[in-house]
Amino acid sequence: MSRIAAFIFRRKGRNGWHWTDIVTWIWLVGGLLIMFGPAVWLVGSSFKSPAALAEFPPTILPYVTQKATVEGYDKPLDLYDATLPDGSKAVLAEVRRIGVISQMVDPEKPGEIIKVNISQRTPVRTMAFATTNYTEPFTHFDFVRYLWNSVFVTVTATLITLVVNSMAAFALSKYEFRGRTFAMLLILATLMVPLSVIMVPLYSIVSALGLFNNLWGVILPTVATPTGVFILRQYMLTIPDELIDAARMDKASEWQIYWRIVLPLTAPALAVLAIFSVVWRWNDFLWPLIVLSRKELYTLQVGLSIYSGELNVQWHFILAMTVVTMIPVVLVFIFLQRFITTGIAGTGLK
Amino acid sequence: MGHIKLTNVIKSFGAIDVLHGINLEINDGEFVVFVGPSGCGKSTLLRTIAGLEKPTGGDLAIDGKIVNDVPAADRGLAMVFQSYALYPHMSVRQNLAFGLENTRMPQAEIAERIAEAARMLEIEPYLDRRPGQLSGGQRQRVAIGRAIVRRPVAFLLDEPLSNLDAELRGSTRAELAALHARLSATMIYVTHDQIEAMTLADRIVVLRAGRIEQIGTPLELYNRPANRFVAGFIGSPHMNFLEGAVEAVHPEKAVATLVGGHRLEFPVAGATIETGSRITLGVRPQHICLGSGENSIPAKIRLVEALGSETVLHADVAGQKILVVAPGQHDLSPGLDIALSLSTAPIHLFNERGLRL
Repeated sequence: MSRIAAFIFRRKGRNGWHWTDIVTWIWLVGGLLIMFGPAVWLVGSSFKSPAALAEFPPTILPYVTQKATVEGYDKPLDLYDATLPDGSKAVLAEVRRIGVISQMVDPEKPGEIIKVNISQRTPVRTMAFATTNYTEPFTHFDFVRYLWNSVFVTVTATLITLVVNSMAAFALSKYEFRGRTFAMLLILATLMVPLSVIMVPLYSIVSALGLFNNLWGVILPTVATPTGVFILRQYMLTIPDELIDAARMDKASEWQIYWRIVLPLTAPALAVLAIFSVVWRWNDFLWPLIVLSRKELYTLQVGLSIYSGELNVQWHFILAMTVVTMIPVVLVFIFLQRFITTGIAGTGLK
Repeated sequence: MGHIKLTNVIKSFGAIDVLHGINLEINDGEFVVFVGPSGCGKSTLLRTIAGLEKPTGGDLAIDGKIVNDVPAADRGLAMVFQSYALYPHMSVRQNLAFGLENTRMPQAEIAERIAEAARMLEIEPYLDRRPGQLSGGQRQRVAIGRAIVRRPVAFLLDEPLSNLDAELRGSTRAELAALHARLSATMIYVTHDQIEAMTLADRIVVLRAGRIEQIGTPLELYNRPANRFVAGFIGSPHMNFLEGAVEAVHPEKAVATLVGGHRLEFPVAGATIETGSRITLGVRPQHICLGSGENSIPAKIRLVEALGSETVLHADVAGQKILVVAPGQHDLSPGLDIALSLSTAPIHLFNERGLRL
């Protein structure tokens, strides 16, 4: 333990602080706050009640003001620590507020109204987790339906992506034909065309194929990715051609060479692409929103957006469900970190 | 079984011609070695025979049948690659079985053939390991085993020993020779190592720049090289070449003046030699003796390599370099003037174009 501490708190300046130590600490701590802060805030806020969410200034952790039922009042009243005009302190319940004056009662003596300046009182708060944010969507909304749709889209699209892209990569890396480089460049060039440009023609195609309002309409347009072809092709180029010659001498058909020799050897690159594909498809919002208009077909990301209505945004549900949708992606990252970093290092993409 | 005939085979990659009209007949059961410097087209020739490259022109026949358009898998040949090309994700057993499974052979027969090959090559203990867990020598055996289980009409071996260390190379070479004797199958072997070529081959094919320079048994090539290139390529250290001009021709002997003015007599042995023509005399380093006397030339020592059993001398004969391998140990040092006797040495004669006279 002490060795870990010694390691973490090592400094360049032996006895004092070198300026690089200070910069490093500021940089790393700042980075931690910037990267991790929003996530912590999101998780904290997902447990807040609607009232606590609207509070200013906002807090990281979910607090609620304690309430007390006082005789003579129908609703429970908020409790405050108040400093009385004579300087003594007491826990009082607020009846109403008029301007800067708060009318309060002692819960023990409900008859007597005490007037306290609002700057002289602070709410009595305790931490409370509004778990209904999580349970409500599961029972009252089609959350499970959306979850299933998302899982179906993600898994199917990823499997098809792997097969289609690896086939293209195999042809582009292991066969000599005229225009091979041109074909590769053309595929890479499509990286520069954003979705918003091809959205309308893509919609026409999907609609003409009768895939509108169909999960396959979400899956099929996304399965051929230039990034995937690129990652896999670069990896397959490193597989020695002699192996393929050997397989040819071994009477293997071209399909067998692809399926039994090249594909197993491309496993590390396939893992990288699978991770990317899962994250892309899981987080997809715009395209599913366009293709799917029937509620029972919504994926999670689209489903989440229905909590923000025209007049009323149910932030507490949105935040809670956002946390739930993040879980699979976070798990993927935690367990497959090694593949992701090699993938990013190998391609410069993320 | 295993008779391969090449007729005027040409291979070009785009504008680059790699093979220029190769004519070669390989008999059943023969061990033929292709040698040549790197880039001479020997591997391309082997790959063309295998069917991995398509010849640009000419015919290739196996057992009398033209196979130009037969795919590699259906030619009945097996190949051992320089890198072994074992499938890294399969166990040794799966590596051996892969080619047989593709021919839809019954499982029982596959198992039997693998067992037989494994016994022959002594790789039984490693059958369930992956290639990555094997040493270089073991991988080499598996690569050969993969060829053996196919029972091919001919084996094609592309520099199979080049990735082994020197000691293992020696023992594996002997095993290969034994294997050939046992299987009595046709083997075509590509190498740039002339010791492998000399020890293994029934016949050697010397290639240079896509052309066959000479075909012959190892000793034919050593004793009667067809041209200067073969003479220089076969034999280690390489043959010495002394440039000169013919001064006089007698019935039995001729006399040449070497560049630098020394005179040397050499037997004519039926060759037609004209007085005044330019000539190259080839002498193997092992055939030159130290000592003056009849038919000797003076030389200056530049470097002495004492190997214990023999001494290699790098010397200079009036500006022409000469190598001498003298048996035993000699107390000589660089800068010393010595005399070299060629009186007993077989002398190879080459004309201006490098052809044997």
